[in-house]
Parts: sequence; structure tokens; C-alpha cells
Amino acid sequence: MDIFNQTACQLIKMLQSKEITSRQLVESVIDRIGAVDSKINAFVYVDNTAALEKADEIDARRANGEPLGALAGIPVALKDNLLYCRRPVTCASNILKGYYSSYNATVVEKLIGADAVIIGVANMDEFAMGSSCETSCYGPSRNPWNQDCITGGSSGGSAAAVAADETILALGSDTGGSIRQPSALCGVVGMKPTYGRVSRYGLVAFASSLDQIGPITKSVADNALLLQVISGYDHRDSTSINEDVPDYSASLGESIKGLKIGIPKEYFLYGMDSDIETATKKAIETFQQLGAQPVEISLPYTEYAIATYYIIATAEASANLARFDGVRYGNRAKDADNLIDMYCKTKSQGFGAEVKRRILLGTYVLSSGYYDAYYKKAQKVRTLIRDDFSKAFQKVDCIVAPTSPTSAFKIGEKIDDPLTMYLSDIFTISLNLAGLPGISIPCGFSKDSLPIGLQIIGKPFDESTILRAAYAFEQNTVFHTQKPNLV
Amino acid sequence: MAFTRQDVDYIAKLARITLSDDEQKNFTRQLDSILEYVNKLNELDTDSVEPTAHILPVQNVFREDEVKPCADSKLAVEQSPELRDGLFIVPPVIE
Repeated sequence: MDIFNQTACQLIKMLQSKEITSRQLVESVIDRIGAVDSKINAFVYVDNTAALEKADEIDARRANGEPLGALAGIPVALKDNLLYCRRPVTCASNILKGYYSSYNATVVEKLIGADAVIIGVANMDEFAMGSSCETSCYGPSRNPWNQDCITGGSSGGSAAAVAADETILALGSDTGGSIRQPSALCGVVGMKPTYGRVSRYGLVAFASSLDQIGPITKSVADNALLLQVISGYDHRDSTSINEDVPDYSASLGESIKGLKIGIPKEYFLYGMDSDIETATKKAIETFQQLGAQPVEISLPYTEYAIATYYIIATAEASANLARFDGVRYGNRAKDADNLIDMYCKTKSQGFGAEVKRRILLGTYVLSSGYYDAYYKKAQKVRTLIRDDFSKAFQKVDCIVAPTSPTSAFKIGEKIDDPLTMYLSDIFTISLNLAGLPGISIPCGFSKDSLPIGLQIIGKPFDESTILRAAYAFEQNTVFHTQKPNLV
Repeated sequence: MAFTRQDVDYIAKLARITLSDDEQKNFTRQLDSILEYVNKLNELDTDSVEPTAHILPVQNVFREDEVKPCADSKLAVEQSPELRDGLFIVPPVIE
């Protein structure tokens, strides 16, 4: 048995019973990164010295009998868009290469408060724009199950690091599926919480009305544990909501007998792979055997979700990324003739193709003469999509669907065809538009032995129910016990 | 083609991004197909639908105006590409 391939919940017990020390755990994870990350490229930055110092500090405090936080001594990886004061943060973009944070994100403060060991920074699509981790300036992360395949994205590094046992826990961010889709494709557990559940303060903004930070973990219980630590109201994020945070771990073992599970009929119309369809249907049967009650529901505006999303998300992105102008931070183009020229050259040299494409699209849909036709129209359809879910949730307690219409595709396969790439977000994007929580859990393997993810969607601020359903499924299936063979 | 190279030039100028010839060509083609796809929304009659800007039932969020510790200002500005006496230096704005 290796230390690095345990879950956080198991490791916390081992640390508490002094079976292992935090130093042994962190050393085990650092060695694992050294052994496999050249194949996976999950990390863009690892700080061994700081991690080991923190581990020693936790061990000393434990030896003295001092009180310790919920994640004491547990390694956590941050996505490269979360600010950790005086540490590098680049959003996997050349425009921020060499930059370090000037303050802590709220989630980072909470991790530090919980005595977690921040092990490093994980790769991502540039500015979280992508579904494959291929738009990173550091090159793509590679799927631990098959290194010719993508990890999914944008939190590809976070999901791959968890799947390859290069960290115990990770944080990602999800704007259109960026936690759930790579979690599905890498065979781990990833949750996008309700919009407003977790503070976005210190998350580099992509699309502010859609972005949400969430946990990526090896098990559902670990997911509940990490969600507990990062959730809660924060006065520094005016869209953070002052709702009570329940004890997520407490309800995990409760029965799902009688739980009404919505099956959206539209989701089975859009050409998902047959492996995905089979695995999803089997999963629904498993829920039925556990006493849950499947109910067919309709989400009629599903087919408009991607179009709506790519208008709203790019519009917001074009405004958010205007700040990278080479004046206050980041890199500045040399040899500019004047101020405007300096802006133009800086953005031209600093941003990659996907980011430019989205800034241009967002600028277009907000430009004079097109605002009503595109942006306002999309905001109205967003209302319809949101109402779809509100109506469905009058009949059911949660909704079950695939996370992604395919398993991991080959690196390079879709990168030159942005529209096809966008279509791979079909099952995840609506939740961001409606602000709903969703969790992806392992539910099978494709005929190429690649992981398949099942998505469970909840009512606003009802993460407890989807965690409970996910836990029941996980405890009665074996998919989560499989590990990629990396050595 | 509904979306032209002139459109790309115009929005690149609005977005303050210089594009290479290749980028102009690719983005014209790609944005044209993306816009054609998003025109799908015109199938829907939304005249009586209210727009959603964000999903939360909050509008303005107020707090007391209290003096509190904030980010270290030196740390906040010291990474500017060009800094003099704590001020950002930019190319001349007025000739």
C-alpha cells in the first residue's frame, strides 16, 4: 500500500492515529509527482520546500497536542487561476508568465486556516477557456488513463493530478463544465457548487456570472470534506450568498430510498457515444435498485444552451480580460509607438488563439448594433433555461445525466475546430447558466478503457442531496476503485 | 459569408488586439461558423421574456464604510512592467 493513493478521509485517520506523519505523506506525494508528472504535465509549479515545511509544522503541532484544522497535513493542488499571496499565478497564459499573487483568494485563506498543505499549482486551459487543457501555454496535460488523450478542461491539471495520485485534493473552477468534464474524463469526483456558495474573491475572472470554484477529489466523502472547508459567505464577493452551510459529510450515509431522480429526455437526443449512453442507463438502474425513483423530465430549451453560453461567457470575458493591458501587471509588449499600440501589441503577443477568439466574439456581441440581437437575446434565453430547471425541480429531488457526450478524445483531435469543441460542453453548460450545483462521479469505462462520468444535478444550495446520491452510488459500485496504470 | 474580414478588423480594433494575416483569416471563418450556430436563438420568440443577468436574487449589496486592513499597496503595484515612484509609466497619451 502506498500513501499517495489513499483518500483524504483515510489519510486523516492515519495521521490522527499517528500511523503516518504529514512529512511522510507530503514526501510520498512529492515522490509521486517526480515519478509520473513528466508523463502527465498536471503541474505548472510545485513548491516542495514550502510543502515540507508546512508538513513539519503540522507534525510538531500534532505532537504537542494542539488543535488542528479539518485538512491538517493533507496536500491540495490549486488551479493556476487562484491567488496565493507571493506565489506564481499565470492562468496558463504568456501574458501573466512571471507574475505572482499580491493577496490570497478566500478559498486559499480557508485552506490555510484548515491547515492544508498547498502542494502546487495545476495546469489549465488558458484563462479557463477550453474543454481539453490544450490551450495552456505550458502544453496540454495528458490523461492518466491514456497519455495520447486529453484530460478535459479547463481544470485538466487539477483532475489529472488527482487521478494520477499526484495530490490528494485539488481545487478547480467551473464556468461551463470546467470541473465536471475533466473529472469525468479522468475518472475522479468533481463538483461545481451553486453559484454564490463559494467565494470567487481571488479567482481570476473569466465569466463572472457563471464562474464557481469547487473541489476535485478521489471520493465523494473527500468532496464533501473539501466543499465544507471552502464554502460560506464572504463580504468581499458581493455575489456570495449568506446561506447556512450544512454539514455535508453528516448526510452522506443516509438512504436514497424514495429519492426522485429526474432523467431529462432531451439529453438522450444529442448523439452521445453509445458507451456513455449504456453507462448512464446502467447507472439509472443502479439508483433504482437502491430505492430511488427515476422520473422522466423535460428540459426543452437544452438545445439552446451552448449558443446562449457562448454569447454570455464571451461577452463577460471580453470585459474581464480588458484589464490585461500591460500597465498594472503582466507582460508588456516592447517597441510600442504609443499607448494604443502598446495595448494592441501586448494583447496580441500575450494571449493565445482561443482567448483572442473569445475576446473577439464577446466584443462583437456587445458592440453597438449587435447588443440586443445577441447579448440581450442570450440573457432572455438564459431565463428560459433557468425556468426549465425550476419546473423540473418541482417534480424531482435531483437530476441524473451524463457529464460529457464522449470519453477523452485524442490530443489535437478538436483543437482546430472551436465549434465542435464547444459542443462537448452540452451537458454541463446549462447548470452554469442556471447557477445550479452538479457533481460528476465515475460510472463506467468506455470500450477503450477510458473513464465515464455521471452527473448529478441539484436544486440551488442543495449540494447535500447530490452528495448523498453520489455517495450511495459510489458505495454500491466499483468504478472509483480502479486506478490508471502509470508505471 | 455573413461575417467578413472587415468585421474581424473592426472588432479587433475595439478589443485592442492586433491580428496577424493568418489570425484574421482563421478568425473570420471560425467566428462566422460560431455566429451562424448562435443564430439558432432567433428561432425563439422571447418578446415577453425578462433577461437574466445573473441567477441570484440580489441587486445592490451594501456594507458599512469601515476602515479595515487591505492588500499591501506596494505588493499590489510592484509588478507593473514599468513603475516609477509607485506610479505606472505608460507611453505618451497626448502627443
